Amino acid sequence: MSRKNYYDVIIIGAGSVGVPAALAMARRDVKVLVIDKFPSQGQGSNKTAIGGIRATHSDPAKIRICKRTLEIVSTWEKKYGHNIDWKKGGYVFVAYRKKEEKILKDLLKIQHKYGLNIDWYGKNDLLEIIPDLNSEGLIGGTFSPDDGHCSTILAGHAYYDAAKKAGCEFHFNERAEEIEVRNGGISSVKTDKNTYTTDVVLNAAGAWAKSVGKMVGIDIPVNPDSHEGGITEQVAEFLGPMVVDLRPAPGSESFYYFQLESGQIAFCITPDPRIWGFDRNETSIFLPMVSTRLVGLMPRLSNLRVRRTWRGLYPMTPDGSPLVGWAKKAKGFLLAAGMCGQGFMLGPGLGELLARMVTEDKLNPDDEEVLEVLSPYREFKGGEALK
Amino acid sequence: MAEKRIYKHPILSVEPREKIEFKWKRKTLKALKGEMISSALIANGIHIFSKHPKDGAEQGIFCANGQCAQCLVMADGKPVKACMVPIKPGMHIEPVIGIPELPKVDKGPKAEKIETIETPVLIIGGGPAGLSAAIQIGKHRVKTIVIDDKHKVGGKLVLQTHRFFGAKETVHAGTRGIDIAKILEKEARQQDCIEIWLNSSALAVFSDHKVGILKEDQYKLVKPEVLLVAAGAREKSLVFKGNTLPGVYGAGAFQTLVNRDLVKASDRLFIVGGGNVGLIAGYHALQADMDVVGLVEALPRCGGYEVHENKLSRMGVPIYTSHTIISANGKNRVESVTVAEIDKNFKPIKGTEKSFACDTVLIAVGLDPVDEFYHKAKDFGMKVFYAGDAEEIAEASAAMFSGKIKGQEAAHALGIDAGKIPGSWKRTATILKSPPGKSRKKEIPEEEEGVFPILHCDQEIPCDPCATVCPLNLIYVNPLDIRKQPEFLGHFVSANCTGCERCVVICPGLAITLVDYRKDKEWPFVTIPYEFLKERIKPGDEVVVLDKEGNRLGKVKVTKVRDIPRNNRTILVKVKAPHKYAKCIAGIQVQKPEISIALEKSISRIDDDTIICRCERVEAGEIRELIRKGYRDLNEIKAVTRAGMGACGAKTCTPLIYKLFKEEGVPLEEITPNVQRPIFMEVPLGTFAGLKESTDE
Repeated sequence: MSRKNYYDVIIIGAGSVGVPAALAMARRDVKVLVIDKFPSQGQGSNKTAIGGIRATHSDPAKIRICKRTLEIVSTWEKKYGHNIDWKKGGYVFVAYRKKEEKILKDLLKIQHKYGLNIDWYGKNDLLEIIPDLNSEGLIGGTFSPDDGHCSTILAGHAYYDAAKKAGCEFHFNERAEEIEVRNGGISSVKTDKNTYTTDVVLNAAGAWAKSVGKMVGIDIPVNPDSHEGGITEQVAEFLGPMVVDLRPAPGSESFYYFQLESGQIAFCITPDPRIWGFDRNETSIFLPMVSTRLVGLMPRLSNLRVRRTWRGLYPMTPDGSPLVGWAKKAKGFLLAAGMCGQGFMLGPGLGELLARMVTEDKLNPDDEEVLEVLSPYREFKGGEALK
Repeated sequence: MAEKRIYKHPILSVEPREKIEFKWKRKTLKALKGEMISSALIANGIHIFSKHPKDGAEQGIFCANGQCAQCLVMADGKPVKACMVPIKPGMHIEPVIGIPELPKVDKGPKAEKIETIETPVLIIGGGPAGLSAAIQIGKHRVKTIVIDDKHKVGGKLVLQTHRFFGAKETVHAGTRGIDIAKILEKEARQQDCIEIWLNSSALAVFSDHKVGILKEDQYKLVKPEVLLVAAGAREKSLVFKGNTLPGVYGAGAFQTLVNRDLVKASDRLFIVGGGNVGLIAGYHALQADMDVVGLVEALPRCGGYEVHENKLSRMGVPIYTSHTIISANGKNRVESVTVAEIDKNFKPIKGTEKSFACDTVLIAVGLDPVDEFYHKAKDFGMKVFYAGDAEEIAEASAAMFSGKIKGQEAAHALGIDAGKIPGSWKRTATILKSPPGKSRKKEIPEEEEGVFPILHCDQEIPCDPCATVCPLNLIYVNPLDIRKQPEFLGHFVSANCTGCERCVVICPGLAITLVDYRKDKEWPFVTIPYEFLKERIKPGDEVVVLDKEGNRLGKVKVTKVRDIPRNNRTILVKVKAPHKYAKCIAGIQVQKPEISIALEKSISRIDDDTIICRCERVEAGEIRELIRKGYRDLNEIKAVTRAGMGACGAKTCTPLIYKLFKEEGVPLEEITPNVQRPIFMEVPLGTFAGLKESTDE
């Protein structure tokens, strides 16, 4: 018997994870509906991301996923035709103190173990890569030339366009309200506008993932904190890589910035202490704080004019790693939440993994390893993830 | 080439200023000390400042108000808005071709902490509303900071050479805008609790209730208990082919160049829009000795005051109602304009196209409130008020009065027992902001003896100066509702007009003449107000006189030209005219009809360069296509086209995109607006870092 308004998969959240996942699933002939409470794609945290993509993480899960993302974005224009302003500019983590030097050099060992193209560069070598870095006190840093960045809004829209062309349905301004579980499995999704039947729901609701979890009675330990970002006017190219400075300063932890293909500098900072909650209103603290650090690290930026600033949400988990996997309690409830501010770089690679999870009976060992690392049921320091 | 400057002006005083030299593309040119880079360039005949990186389109002045970023140039290696940065001796100005290079700096500069200043009241905008509000709050001895982004306060009053409408008692009606600005400034400066910050732009209102301000080149945070937004208005733009050619700009921009900077920005201009702004801009252009080729208004009648419209017609400027602009034409700047008649649905009627040679097209199609800061502050739960155009677009007289009321309300909000706002204030406010009302043609009195004024004033507008100056109280305007038309009572009462001419002088519409039969009943004298250069008219000249609407009556001889200090630059011209039309005379023709002749063939512009987003050069067609595809979220349209992502912060394109939605029949409630984000204008990172001086000096 055919079920009314049936979809193979219903994805809640048309953002960094939901849209590429929808595309990957549709390419495997899965009938997908994406529901989002916002009026269009990427209006949650996707558009507030600045656009860095690196595979140079420290755990095999994120490394594998982002390696795949890099393949997808770097070949996107050729394959799909959209310009997404991809630039293989690499990432540079700078060290001005012994502490950061040690952190970075320790990380290198793991990164090399996974075959990542990343190395330590001494002061002068690093200054050749980024001539405008403040040389005073600079020890050196790591450089990973295969990483890069693209425009989040162009990429977000490109994934959306491709997903639609692949047959996905998108319903905007529609809010999921209830998920019905029958005989231990998902049976339907009720929204403020309609009811759809399905066997699989993907929770890709980003910062709002917790409330979607509640609909099937599970507590997902995802809570957002907010970071502010900004963008400048366009200037001629003078900076290749994403620059990350891990040093703390009064009011902030690390900060990072890069020059977009189109010439603007995009920048972002991690506040200290973290600001928890859903508030996305701009504060007066951000601009002086981030500007002082930017100009200190790269004096040449002092004449560069800021165009716009905004505040976005990082859906955080207790240990800073995403939660990906099937829920034990409700069959067919798939979790891809808590990207911890890396949804944009994880999304495309993760989307393909999610598509494999939905369509394949047996996953390959690499995927199994990834899912073990990201398991929602892994041990956090504080105990079980899902209670 | 001789500099294009205004050396003599009938109203504005032209002070001698020191000349300095600067370089434009390595060529040495002369500028006047203290003027903005844009004015120096335009005075040197340079209208094309830069080329857009996207398509190489020529860029020039557009808003002259720091709101857009069309006037970008490189000044000593740094990209700056030419309209906001004063020129300095020896400055090297270069066009921005493509994407500019970020200048290098030698050394890491020393950053200082940004201080937060607490104040009971912060007023954004030192125009008529902001100053009036400050004066009112000042009466309660409350410390108030007024910030204004210009080098002097007064807002747009400082550009207005004409006498103001409104009520004489409450808002200085009958006084010129430039003089009202001085009066308000003096009053504000007399109160030592009012602190005025010049050259200070508000950049953002933050959720922690602080306001970010760029004061000169220093970043300040101000935390007020009460915020009052009196930031005025910005000009609306219009969608037509060639709408971003250098030479197409806002009427306000034009007034700034001409009346503030005394630059002869144009030789021949054409005006789009018959509201007060467009009508007055035309008048200002004539006063500055420029030709005004014509004015189009889409509606069947002008929206501005009839007296303004008539004044312009009488000067010899044709006004084409039910007409619209089709295109601005020219290779890389305006050379001509094409207009056409429109039908009831505002669609151009084929075959009615006319083209006129001109070098400038002024867009005066209305104003939008600059109210972003108000709404942000309200969302953030601040105590906030708005006044003047930021609240509701109206005349400056209304802005002054709304400032006074909001000032009183702000005092209340601070817990000051300021007394209740009298009902009469509210009534006055309503009257002052009323749009023009009914028009009723007054009959010309039959009387032909003695001396009496003719009031060529047929429309209900809030205005009373004539009634307040008559020493014999022979002119009556209902004091309870000054919108009612003035009446001359002399024909009905026993007191006789003495011909003191005070009503002729003070009328803001230049709509009162005096007819004097006492010496010669057949050839009476007619006194006509005149606000052009005295040198242009002298006794013995033969002049063409026109009726109220600008119809030619005949040629008459000037017998006397009176320019006395008491009349404050309103010249009274006395002519001797035949009695059969003496009473119909309302003005003297100043512009010859030949100037307004259309080109033999109308020009149709082929380039499809109808631009919606000027900053990112996004064409109307691109956005229309998305709307037809079902796009309803402005954020998404922005992501796809970049419309609204540019330097101006979507200030110009947003209303135009809404207009496209409307044209496509999309109801407003279906549209998701752009998320408003700081900052209001581009500011260097070094400024936010608290750098005390530019790093390259």
